[in-house]
Amino acid sequence: MIELIEVRKKYNRLEVLKGISTKFNQSECIALIGPNGCGKTTLIKSILGMVLPDSGEITFNNKSIFNETDYRNYIGYMPQIGKYPENMSIGQIVEMMKELRGGHLSFDEDLYKAYKLEQILNKRMRTLSGGTTQKVSAALAFMFNPLVYILDEPTAGLDPISAEILKDKMLLEKSNGKLILITSHLLSDLDELVSEIVFMQEGELLIHQTVDELKTKTGEEKLSKAISTILKAQLK
Amino acid sequence: MNRIIKFVILDILRNKIILFYTILLAMLSFSMFSLEDNESKGLLSLLNLILLNVPLVAIIFSTIYIYNSSEFIELLISQPIKRNKIWISLYLGLNTSLIISFIIGAGIPILLYSPNLIGIILIFIGCIISVIFTSLAFLCSIISRDKAKGIGMSILIWLFFSLLFDGLIMFLLFQLADYPMENWIALIAALNPIDLSRIVILLQLDLSAMLGFTGAVFKQTFGTGWGILFSSTLLILWMIIPFMISLRKFNKKDH
Repeated sequence: MIELIEVRKKYNRLEVLKGISTKFNQSECIALIGPNGCGKTTLIKSILGMVLPDSGEITFNNKSIFNETDYRNYIGYMPQIGKYPENMSIGQIVEMMKELRGGHLSFDEDLYKAYKLEQILNKRMRTLSGGTTQKVSAALAFMFNPLVYILDEPTAGLDPISAEILKDKMLLEKSNGKLILITSHLLSDLDELVSEIVFMQEGELLIHQTVDELKTKTGEEKLSKAISTILKAQLK
Repeated sequence: MNRIIKFVILDILRNKIILFYTILLAMLSFSMFSLEDNESKGLLSLLNLILLNVPLVAIIFSTIYIYNSSEFIELLISQPIKRNKIWISLYLGLNTSLIISFIIGAGIPILLYSPNLIGIILIFIGCIISVIFTSLAFLCSIISRDKAKGIGMSILIWLFFSLLFDGLIMFLLFQLADYPMENWIALIAALNPIDLSRIVILLQLDLSAMLGFTGAVFKQTFGTGWGILFSSTLLILWMIIPFMISLRKFNKKDH
């Protein structure tokens, strides 16, 4: 579904992506993990066309995304830190997004309802706490029935109950055959959800394996332990 | 495209600064016309005030507005909307709002006191100057990621074109007085959009005494007909070129 071929990106002299090649398929839930500053967000933003790679190619359904925008109709994106116009209220933001992504007859309002956003529709974005902003981002990412969900640290700012609601929603969408791409630090969070692991370090892709492979290979039951075993083995 | 322009215009028109700007323009225009006993004198005083204030407000308001819209822009960029469309809509939205408030604030008094060709040309010039300095604001705000730097740059641009430029030309002419440089200096003078606008109006009024130094040299070199054609072309280029450069940069920018 999404394919990356030798994607490279430099910020001034700092090489953030050093030739990433990989492929993400439908009905998978892929966790993109790695230490801070390893290029996860840059990779995600390259797929979204927010960051323009210096070289390499990214394709969506076998079509290059270079200079394209229509493919983003099929992506729901939840940023790490949602930035919204401060003076707009939640209701206005939702209305605006619905207008901008026109052509939808029905909206997926599961999260919107579960987070009870309709009760605070008149609140301005600048008055919201970080967690509430994350809820708005999540509700918007899921609203337009996309084929691919790209979630950057989705559970980072959420309280446990809200995070649980989001995880349940992700499980549901995964079983609907959607592709879910998550970046996260909290591996324990992802245990029951994730089917493939992509591990990045300093702009390079070190591991891309399915969770089952990883577990049988290392003999560990827990995802976090399996990964640390693999990493230790690689370091030697 | 219309939706984004609509959001931008509604957002700006709710802004108190734009309301203040409209009222300021209206007060200036009415007081200029009532202070001077003759309408064409009033028009001239107003021209000078407009050429001082309108560029200042247009460039600084637009620069700040673009920086403050960075969240809005980032939100739109991750959506299925072309980058060109986002930037052009922002440009059209800002220009429309500034022009609306100019026409309400200065246009109505001008038409009331001086409903003739010169009055209409003055209104046009005000709109054109708003567009030119908005276009420059787009350039400033894309060059620097830092808001303070960007606003500083836009203040410098305004200062340069409205105060420093004429002095610089004068200095050049005196320094090079021994050489036949007048024509060249007329060309250099034409690089300032504020001077150009003044020249367009004054060539119409045929008031050589009011042309100012640059204007006098300009008129001597180009004559009235060609002068107007030449300066209008340059004004149009000023509206388009800075914005086009910023558009190219925006299309290559990482968010």
